[in-house]
Amino acid sequence: MTTAPIADRTTAVAARATELSKIYGQGETQVVALDRVSVGFQQAEFTAIMGPSGSGKSTLMHCVAGLDTFSSGSVRIGETELGSLKDKQLTKLRRDKIGFIFQAFNLLPTLSALENITLPMDIAGRKPDKQWLDTVIRMVGLSDRLSHRPAQLSGGQQQRVAVARALASRPDIIFGDEPTGNLDSRSGAEVLGFLRNSVRELGQTVVMVTHDPVAAAYADRVIFLADGRIVDEVYGPTADSVLDRMKQFDAKGRTS
Amino acid sequence: MFRTALRNVLAHKARLLMTVLAVMLGVAFVSGTLVFADTLSNAFRNQSAKSYDDVAVSVTSHADPDNPDEEPGLAGKDLDRMSAVDGVAGVYGRVEGFAGVADPDGKLIGVGWSNKGSNFAPGKDGKDPAYSFTDGSGPVRDDQIALDKDSAAEGEYQVGDRVRVATNGPVKEYTLSGVFTTEDGAVNAGGSLVLFDTAVAQQQYLKPGYFESATVTAAPGANDTRILDAVKPLLPATAEAQTGQALADEQAEQIEQGLGNLKQVLLGFAGIALFVGIFLISNTFTMLVAQRTKEIALMRAVGASRRQITRSVLAEAALVGLVASAVGFVLGIGLAVGLRSGMAAFDMKMPDGPLVLSATPVVTAFAVGVLITTFAAWLPGRRAAKIPPVAAMNSVHAVATTKSLVLRNSIGAAVTALGAVGIVAGASTGGDDGRMYIGAGAFLALIGVIILIPLLSRPVIALVRPLLVGPFGVAGRLAGQNAVRNPRRTGATASALAIGLTLVTGLSVLGVTVGTAIDKMTTDNIRADYMVSMANGGDLDRSALSALEKAKGVSAVSPQQDAYFKVDGDDFVSASAVTPGDIEKVLTVDVVSGSAASLAEGHIAVAEKTAKNRGWKTGDRLPVTFGDDKSATLTVGAVYKDSEFLSPVLIDRKVVDRHETKPSIMQIFVKIDGGQTAANEKVLIDALGDNPAITVMDKQDIRNEFGGAINTLLNVMYGLLAMALIIAVLGVVNTLAMSVFERQQEIGMLRAIGLDRRRVKRMVRLEAVVISVFGAVVGIGLGAFLGWAIGETFADQIPGYTLVLPYDRIGIFLVLAGLVGVLAAMWPARNAARLNMLNAIKAE
Repeated sequence: MTTAPIADRTTAVAARATELSKIYGQGETQVVALDRVSVGFQQAEFTAIMGPSGSGKSTLMHCVAGLDTFSSGSVRIGETELGSLKDKQLTKLRRDKIGFIFQAFNLLPTLSALENITLPMDIAGRKPDKQWLDTVIRMVGLSDRLSHRPAQLSGGQQQRVAVARALASRPDIIFGDEPTGNLDSRSGAEVLGFLRNSVRELGQTVVMVTHDPVAAAYADRVIFLADGRIVDEVYGPTADSVLDRMKQFDAKGRTS
Repeated sequence: MFRTALRNVLAHKARLLMTVLAVMLGVAFVSGTLVFADTLSNAFRNQSAKSYDDVAVSVTSHADPDNPDEEPGLAGKDLDRMSAVDGVAGVYGRVEGFAGVADPDGKLIGVGWSNKGSNFAPGKDGKDPAYSFTDGSGPVRDDQIALDKDSAAEGEYQVGDRVRVATNGPVKEYTLSGVFTTEDGAVNAGGSLVLFDTAVAQQQYLKPGYFESATVTAAPGANDTRILDAVKPLLPATAEAQTGQALADEQAEQIEQGLGNLKQVLLGFAGIALFVGIFLISNTFTMLVAQRTKEIALMRAVGASRRQITRSVLAEAALVGLVASAVGFVLGIGLAVGLRSGMAAFDMKMPDGPLVLSATPVVTAFAVGVLITTFAAWLPGRRAAKIPPVAAMNSVHAVATTKSLVLRNSIGAAVTALGAVGIVAGASTGGDDGRMYIGAGAFLALIGVIILIPLLSRPVIALVRPLLVGPFGVAGRLAGQNAVRNPRRTGATASALAIGLTLVTGLSVLGVTVGTAIDKMTTDNIRADYMVSMANGGDLDRSALSALEKAKGVSAVSPQQDAYFKVDGDDFVSASAVTPGDIEKVLTVDVVSGSAASLAEGHIAVAEKTAKNRGWKTGDRLPVTFGDDKSATLTVGAVYKDSEFLSPVLIDRKVVDRHETKPSIMQIFVKIDGGQTAANEKVLIDALGDNPAITVMDKQDIRNEFGGAINTLLNVMYGLLAMALIIAVLGVVNTLAMSVFERQQEIGMLRAIGLDRRRVKRMVRLEAVVISVFGAVVGIGLGAFLGWAIGETFADQIPGYTLVLPYDRIGIFLVLAGLVGVLAAMWPARNAARLNMLNAIKAE
């Protein structure tokens, strides 16, 4: 791994949402989940999306990741505009360009750890890059657990398998939906460490939704959402600074 | 607790759909059968009551027409004496026998076994109360006949037309004098009835001046029983009298018995269908309980007892059973109606009558539906009760344990082994005893295999996994693994199919094996080109024999004519009178000792087994007594190997004919120069006077006659097993729907990381195919084994018996099982593909 190209890529945008709106229902019952949100995710950057329940943070991630449809605006992954894509093309895009890490691990219980890691490539019918795969597996420390079934692994180990699965196919961008939500703090710290390392050392782009200030502190940048809008942004966050911001919103929310 | 049960049923409507369907179909089968039988029996009862409505007393003669010492039947003077009895309005003498009517193309009208002829017996008013004429009038001259309405319509005959009618003698042409309707049951069941003038009918069927039976009608207000008492003393010793009512009751009882058999067969198949349904129901409730683990644990935690939990599950099942039974019963009524019109479509005319709904089918339907459902839910209910209260606190579902499978497998293996031993022992014992062992063994083996199926599923499905991964990639691999994830459920689903296919395959193996054996037997034993017989299976007239002997190009003709004589004053021996010299040319006579030519010298030939049993050998002289009580001494001229086509004793027909007035010729075998050709067949038909009642069959026809019956039987069995198979298919649908429901999160994840809809569908579809084919393979294996075993028990009764495995049919079954999987997966696969990803991947 050379660092030069990574430095180049930092200026490029891996994904971008412009004037993105998501509206549920109509008329009186209308709920605006996302209200003309514009945001860009830089390559080789670790972004955390935060906000209270119902702020639209998960919806934003789902729309940008091509998991959900949106009402208006545009989403781009690299050069691809998502709004015009049919389900089939979206599926292909997710398969080839995006990696996912879910809160509930979401591993296939019938497959071994290794098989779970290579699953996206199996689906795509691609041979995994052996060297890269080894790098990823070594990084998450699963070398001696590869033949285990998910049921034989601890929660932290399972989530490390999920991280490896997301990294293994070298996607343009990885989305994590509360990846540490089901883990104890030690395992959570491990997983977040791997994600940060993948950004720093491998030049991976990671976007993660979380409500945990400690988790957000691992990111390079934190975006705060409230009522479907981006209300604030912090670069180089610490757990304390994030917590402070959140308290501010909370207070605002109560007074307004 | 009942309220909880009700709420649960309502909450899981969709997931209970397949269960309701399965119970419904089973109940519909049961109640349909019962309603159908009730309705039919009522209709027949009414029919026979109606046909004896006008009959006060019926007199039947049991006289033997061949016995020269007694009157052959009721004479005219007997009838006259009865007419003079107080209260008698009229006495109508009857004779009847076979009469076939040709349609304008020379083909027989109606089904062979119920082509009847009788006499028109006009009373003083010129009318016969048994028949009402819709057109023309009854036959009164010897060249006139009347026909029943349906037959006349089928032959498109009008009054005044010339109609060719065959009795067992030569064909004659008559003028149609009238068309009538009658309440005669056989006629209404699709037979034909020809009425002759009384003198003609007597000449044909008995003896001029005599009747076989008589019906006595009563004057208005007269008492039937009193007439019966007055008539009885007037009758000859050989005649018997009954009131019309008694006769109607007797007939109704016979019909009831016949229907009872049909009912039992149908109920047997309904039972199989319901048995198959048990697996589906049990699967559903197991899943419902598993999904509700937390809920149940919570109830236990707040103080519900184990028994209450079990009861709640059972109440839920009973409720489902009740609803399904209600719908099933209504469906059953529809089935009963459909069955009746279905029979009509197959030319099995049934008497009309109203639909009969008695209490029995209603009670049976609900009892069966509710009991089956609660029984099937009993095990899941008990499992539910075992959920510990602490499970409410755990966030993770209790993982299904494989611990209890050890006990299950040991029991399964033991039961299967016991069953297999029973089957093998039965096969080597043979005969009825052997079949009984096999029956018991088959039951055990089936139960054993059902218990073992979850264990079998893993290695068997692992075997086919490469076939899935190769052409279908990731979807195939995931499908193969998903299929064995819940071995119990996969096992129960496959069991349902296996049961149906065990029966289907067993029957097919037997049917095809026996069919092939008969085929071989026909080829090996029949040297004749043609076999001539009556369409109704009755006796051919002697004139047919002489006509065939004279036909152009015929080189050998021999009848198989029943010959009656006693040996040593013993019972009658089963013997056939044949034409010496010709019999070896038309049938294979494998002579062991002596010579078949000795038949011509008046000697008899005896089959090997009979000779051994009786201790006869060539050259023995046997004292015999013929049917007319004349005695003679016969010499055993030859001993031959037993054959299905030859009676145990053969004798020259010239010897027998001297002692019998009316020979009973069942078949005549003919060898003709040039063999089987259309022209030769025509020569024979023409020689027989183009008689519609006589069939001329070539070897292929003979084979079809036996083989055809086997095929028809097989098809009926397939049809009856269809219900069980449909329920098994519902079971596959059910299992897949459950699996898809349970794996929503996984499927959502797979979709998120890039598995497209097409491959999600394929994954579900392949899982269904794997389960179906697995069930089919188990069923086919067991079925073939059973077919072999049962075949062994009568192998020694069929010479040249060899087991034939119908690979073509088995192949079709496997392909059909695969198709069933694809079909069953349609709906679950669609659901899986349409799954909302975001809901699916959200944490619980």
